[in-house]
Amino acid sequence: MNLFEYTRATSLGEAVAAAQKPGAAYLAGGTNLLDLMKGGIAAPAHLVDITRLPGLSAIERLPDGGTRIGALVRNSDLANDPDFAETYPMVAEALLSGASAQLRNAATAGGNLLQRTRCEYFYDPASPCNKRAPGAGCAAIGAATRIHAVQGWSEHCIATNPSDFCVPLAALSAIVEIAGPQGSRTVPLTAFHCLPGAQPERETALGAGELITALVLPPEAAAFARNARYLKVRDRTSYAFAVVSAAAALTLDAGRIVEGRLALGGIALKPWRVAEAEAALAGRRPTPETYAAAARLALAGAEPTGAANAFKVELARRVAARALALAAAGTPARMPALPASPFGLA
Amino acid sequence: MTIPIRLTLNGHSQDIVLDDPRITLLDLLRERLDLTGAKKGCDRGQCGACTVIVDGRRINACLALAASLDGADILTIEGLAEGDALHPVQQAFLNHDGFQCGFCTPGQIMSAVGLIREGQAGTDPERIREGMSGNLCRCGAYAGILEAVREAALAPGRSEDAA
Repeated sequence: MNLFEYTRATSLGEAVAAAQKPGAAYLAGGTNLLDLMKGGIAAPAHLVDITRLPGLSAIERLPDGGTRIGALVRNSDLANDPDFAETYPMVAEALLSGASAQLRNAATAGGNLLQRTRCEYFYDPASPCNKRAPGAGCAAIGAATRIHAVQGWSEHCIATNPSDFCVPLAALSAIVEIAGPQGSRTVPLTAFHCLPGAQPERETALGAGELITALVLPPEAAAFARNARYLKVRDRTSYAFAVVSAAAALTLDAGRIVEGRLALGGIALKPWRVAEAEAALAGRRPTPETYAAAARLALAGAEPTGAANAFKVELARRVAARALALAAAGTPARMPALPASPFGLA
Repeated sequence: MTIPIRLTLNGHSQDIVLDDPRITLLDLLRERLDLTGAKKGCDRGQCGACTVIVDGRRINACLALAASLDGADILTIEGLAEGDALHPVQQAFLNHDGFQCGFCTPGQIMSAVGLIREGQAGTDPERIREGMSGNLCRCGAYAGILEAVREAALAPGRSEDAA
């Protein structure tokens, strides 16, 4: 790990000011950043510890019926908050399907949005990577691409976003609150992560010195509480990143879907939400044919990067369709023993 | 650059001056405070051998900077027994052979103390396995570990002493 200067900020203004120094990075839970620093992938010259900032650790129900999640709320506290889990069950399920209990106890809501890809070549300083060293090339293309993208990738980068949490947040149209040297602003979560294009080193909408202060779920997100699931296919049943995942939520009335939400994880550098797929759910009967049609639209244009991840296109369609069927069957009364697992489904 | 911090360590307040901001909680415990119960397995948050309880929550000590923990209350495996009386989780691991080589055991035990305290798993084997998935055992003593956690979860007054 490189040597760095350490500053413990006690106010938002102090944190933003300290982060103006060249090479500065914010430190919250540290579960990804310290790992990257130990691997030599990240080498901030200055760490600004924001864990003591006041006012960023609350889960608040807003007067309009929405919910504001402070950026420093720990993953485990959010997932286990009874009111939150009841109102946004697929968000809680996604959180509990990620990482381990120890990591969830340390990792924060804001930090989750900023975790870097788990591309093995990104993590290997000996491999060329356009994210780490723009212009160096991409070692992943044509190599072992089991966890790589089938949507939205470019010839410069085929990595995926590893977050579970972001998938249902995208489906529920969450808003990201940001503070920085120019004041505060908001960005929809679906516009927060950048697709690689020609600049894979640019990963999020955050500008220099900006930090996430909160995530806001809009009022309508609560309408899906009774029919919402997160389904995650992974190489181990627990403590593994998604190969493919899907967050599905429905509102139902008189045997018809009123509104459907669908987002996929593990297939692109951002949570993958397709308006046409959701439009194909509205007004339809909740049947396997409806789910399959929506799933096909969600994967429209999908292209594997090679033979090693060709299976993910069909797998993603099936996971999406099954997540919709599970959502239609109803949110389980209790969190499943194996959250988001296709095994032992409640 | 030196960074002064104060920790409550296994019930005792301790003032510490860090001479390097890179010191993790795990390295502080093992290399500076002679508390070598928490183990350095992967040092990357993957194996759970370094699990300790900070402010009542089990975390990976290898992924926490000591500098950021000023004021924290830390419980390690060394603080679990009361004199010669083992903590119920320690006794349960003995009763059920919840280990072979023992390297992962302090982390397993601290994780189990945290799991029982969290109260989500009860004695359901599937929920215990899920809740303990952050602790790897290369000897494969999982069957004994599971039985130990189930027994400890039923022990009276089992987790109130966890910091």
